[in-house]
Amino acid sequence: MNSNAHTTPVAPSITEPSLQLANVSRSFGTMHVFDNLSLEIARGEFVAIVGPSGCGKSTLLNLLSGFDKPTSGTITRHGKTRMVFQQDGLFPWLTARENIALGLRHLHDDTARQSQIDELLALMGLQPFDAYYPHQLSGGMRQRVEIARALAGETDILLLDEPFSSLDYLTRLRLRSEFTRLLSERPRTVVFVTHDIEEAAHMADRVVVLSERPARICCEVRLSTQRPRDLTHPAVVEAVKRILDEMGLREGNENRAK
Amino acid sequence: MLQKRSLLSLLLPVSVVLTIVAVWFVCSAMQVFPPSLFPSPAEVATGFAEEAAGGRIFDDVIASVFRVATGFVLAVILGVPCGLWLGSSARARAAFMPGVNFFRALSPLAWIGFAILWFGIGDKSAIFIIFMATLFPIVLATVAAMANIPNVYFRVARDYGLHGRELLMQVTLPAIMPQLITTLRLAAGLAWFVVVAAEMSGAQEGLGFAVLDARNGLRADLLVVVMIVIGITGVLIDWLLQRLTHIPSVRWGYDR
Repeated sequence: MNSNAHTTPVAPSITEPSLQLANVSRSFGTMHVFDNLSLEIARGEFVAIVGPSGCGKSTLLNLLSGFDKPTSGTITRHGKTRMVFQQDGLFPWLTARENIALGLRHLHDDTARQSQIDELLALMGLQPFDAYYPHQLSGGMRQRVEIARALAGETDILLLDEPFSSLDYLTRLRLRSEFTRLLSERPRTVVFVTHDIEEAAHMADRVVVLSERPARICCEVRLSTQRPRDLTHPAVVEAVKRILDEMGLREGNENRAK
Repeated sequence: MLQKRSLLSLLLPVSVVLTIVAVWFVCSAMQVFPPSLFPSPAEVATGFAEEAAGGRIFDDVIASVFRVATGFVLAVILGVPCGLWLGSSARARAAFMPGVNFFRALSPLAWIGFAILWFGIGDKSAIFIIFMATLFPIVLATVAAMANIPNVYFRVARDYGLHGRELLMQVTLPAIMPQLITTLRLAAGLAWFVVVAAEMSGAQEGLGFAVLDARNGLRADLLVVVMIVIGITGVLIDWLLQRLTHIPSVRWGYDR
């Protein structure tokens, strides 16, 4: 609403929204998670959702994926969605290769499928681990496999529920850049839920900040800088400042400009 | 280092067994207990040679193992699908779980009466008792294993278009497999307990009958022979089922 700084949309086809929430409300008993929430996500756009914990970020993803239904309002989805989970989203009884193959079930030609898997494994630097089971992989590698599985095939919309939050900081940084690089090769509409404001500003075209329950959008920050971005790029730093301001999380004077 | 350890892991149990046999030998040599009630190791060894030469003990093992295997396999074939069905339907659980729990709590040996009335003396009644003893634990454990499947797996399955039969074969079954294998080991152990009791009253051969026969003949030495054979066979059956946990696609259930 009060986003005014960088308003150039990155995705050119704003005309065709990939996901659309119109006056969506969702309550569990007397607890109102959303009250008349409206949000539009353009095709190919990378939207990060941040907000205080418990504000309904995951509920939002559940609604977007169709796993949960709104109490009122409508949700329009153009295309197939796939979700990436915080952890343990891989099937533990399948190897890395077999898990990724799950994303290519529409391919009936096995050679084509295997070569696609090989390509994804190579992109993720996972070739030596293709025959490993998830419990034999590190947390970072597991998330890589899960992202590869989600990006395999022709899904249109990727929903990510804090996919890097169980990883250490360095691994998180590495996965951010790998994920961005992968997206440039296989563009998708992305909704990325995170509690990590820096992560959101580092990767997204638009950061949507939610308020406490019942959650409404308290601000949207657009970033027009090309990916991959440097973490210390002024636009990223500026976005982090603005989001912290909006959430009332900055210490001292807010006009401590650079 | 590894060799040293494996040598030690062989030496330790062997020395424990040898100690027990030594204590046993001393006790019987000093006649701490009446010899007719407490056979010496030598008598047991002679008894074993006698039984082995006659071949009867092997026939008994085969008879018991056949009954356990048949009753157990039948219980798995019926119990696992029933468990899967109950596990996936709240209504079915509401209707049938009290009944399943009742039969689970009922001692399988209580079925001996009906087993003999319905099937007479022999294989059929023992198989029936083993079937009854293992069916309900298998059903219950399958239901419990399904309740433990993380919801995430079903959400992933939905995203990747796995439905119906594919969902069952590629998600539900592999997800419960580690727990199911543990259940099968426990149920097989139970079946091996039960067959001895079942054969005491409903059979003319088998290890349970051999126990009864040795007692009736006041052959304490043969009693020990049969007990040793029962124990060793039970350990072998569990070892065989334990091999299932080495299948690569179920290791996740035991390694983490």
